[in-house]
Amino acid sequence: MPEITVNGERVHVADGTTVAAALLTRGAAFRHSVTGEPRAAFCGMGTCFECRAEVDGAPHERTCQIVCREGMQVRTS
Amino acid sequence: MTRCEILIVGAGPAGIAAASVCGDRALWIDDNPAAGGQIWRGGKPVDGLSETWFGKVRLRPRQARVVQAERRHVLVETLEGQDAIVFDQIILTTGARELYLPFPGWTLPGAFGAGGLQALVKSGWPVDGKRVVVAGSGPLLIAVASYLRSRGARVVLVAEQAPMSRVAKFLLTYPAKLLQGARLARGLPYRTSSWVTRFTGRSAVLNQGGEVGCELLATGYGLVPNDELRAQFPPDDANVFLAGEAAGIGGVEKSLVEGEMAGLRALGADDSHLHDRHRACLRFAEHLNRTFELRDELRQLSEDDTIVCRCEDVRFGALKGQAGWRAAKLQTRCGMGPCQGRVCGPANRFVFGWDLPAGRPPLFPAKVDTLLQDMEIRK
Repeated sequence: MPEITVNGERVHVADGTTVAAALLTRGAAFRHSVTGEPRAAFCGMGTCFECRAEVDGAPHERTCQIVCREGMQVRTS
Repeated sequence: MTRCEILIVGAGPAGIAAASVCGDRALWIDDNPAAGGQIWRGGKPVDGLSETWFGKVRLRPRQARVVQAERRHVLVETLEGQDAIVFDQIILTTGARELYLPFPGWTLPGAFGAGGLQALVKSGWPVDGKRVVVAGSGPLLIAVASYLRSRGARVVLVAEQAPMSRVAKFLLTYPAKLLQGARLARGLPYRTSSWVTRFTGRSAVLNQGGEVGCELLATGYGLVPNDELRAQFPPDDANVFLAGEAAGIGGVEKSLVEGEMAGLRALGADDSHLHDRHRACLRFAEHLNRTFELRDELRQLSEDDTIVCRCEDVRFGALKGQAGWRAAKLQTRCGMGPCQGRVCGPANRFVFGWDLPAGRPPLFPAKVDTLLQDMEIRK
């Protein structure tokens, strides 16, 4: 049961949970579009980029394809 | 840099079939953490067929995403960084993605792709007790609705745009599919000639009139081949093999037989014993695609302020007068965002009749370090 941090807050997730799933569990939207609309993961398969967030310092990562690992640091816009 | 004889790109059913044939003579990659592609996501068998094939394949895929391709090498991004893979032959089993049609409210939180919502729930998002409408077209809707129900969601409607007459004809032609569908769909509220005209965030408004309360909307109007990587190679390159949904939408059995055929051909072995089965799969694919062909009314779902390009927030009103794909891109930035037209391209092809954007390298946003590998290879 890895523990990750999202914007500094500690979050426990089940084994095998992707970062996108963890972010959705915390709220309906975790990003903003270029004109400021609330957005979240959409296609679930690494195609649409709506799920993008900074993971361990790397920006624009597709969180729907990243499995949560202990100590992972996620930052959303 | 890594060298291999046969590189297999994609670990869905077609890639699994190819990998089970090629064995140690292949290097296998996929951009997901586990094999299975979309329908067998996470490497877990979902039925007898997947159990059989997961059992057959000894190879395991490495997580890597191809961002650029040349004649005999690809540049990939990995979890650790990047790599360049040099190959003699390449088997492309890159699968398909969903076709999304824009309509008012489709960009609101709570709306997802149909396969998209299934993928997100499979990767750990609980939807217990949430009301969901599954809308769009194709057998995928039933699979998604059935799966979400098994995870505790309340499926309040499955809206299929195809007319009942076509769906019934298809099922009667393929009784095995009828049985499979009936088993999955038992008890699900399935409506044909039905589609969502607006999502409010709390409900879905339907073409036939009426509004259904829901927290979640799962929408998908069919599949589009992921053939951008194939287009990076010359069309007549004898060392490039394309198999499965990336070669044309047709269902899992087609993907499996084509993956097997590609693996055998890459090994220089005979695949003629599979040709009859392949022909039958192609006939099925034709029926499938004809049954779920999208109706004309779906070209008129958008209002002027409906967002069509999600990456750049380009609205329908700004696109409807454009001459074509290229003009639209230059005038509005439609298709210039991170997805590079993977979402809006197929939608615009259906709504306006425009061509799809050509995939130009890098195929996905890539780090400079990844692209610089090209200089090393050329030395």
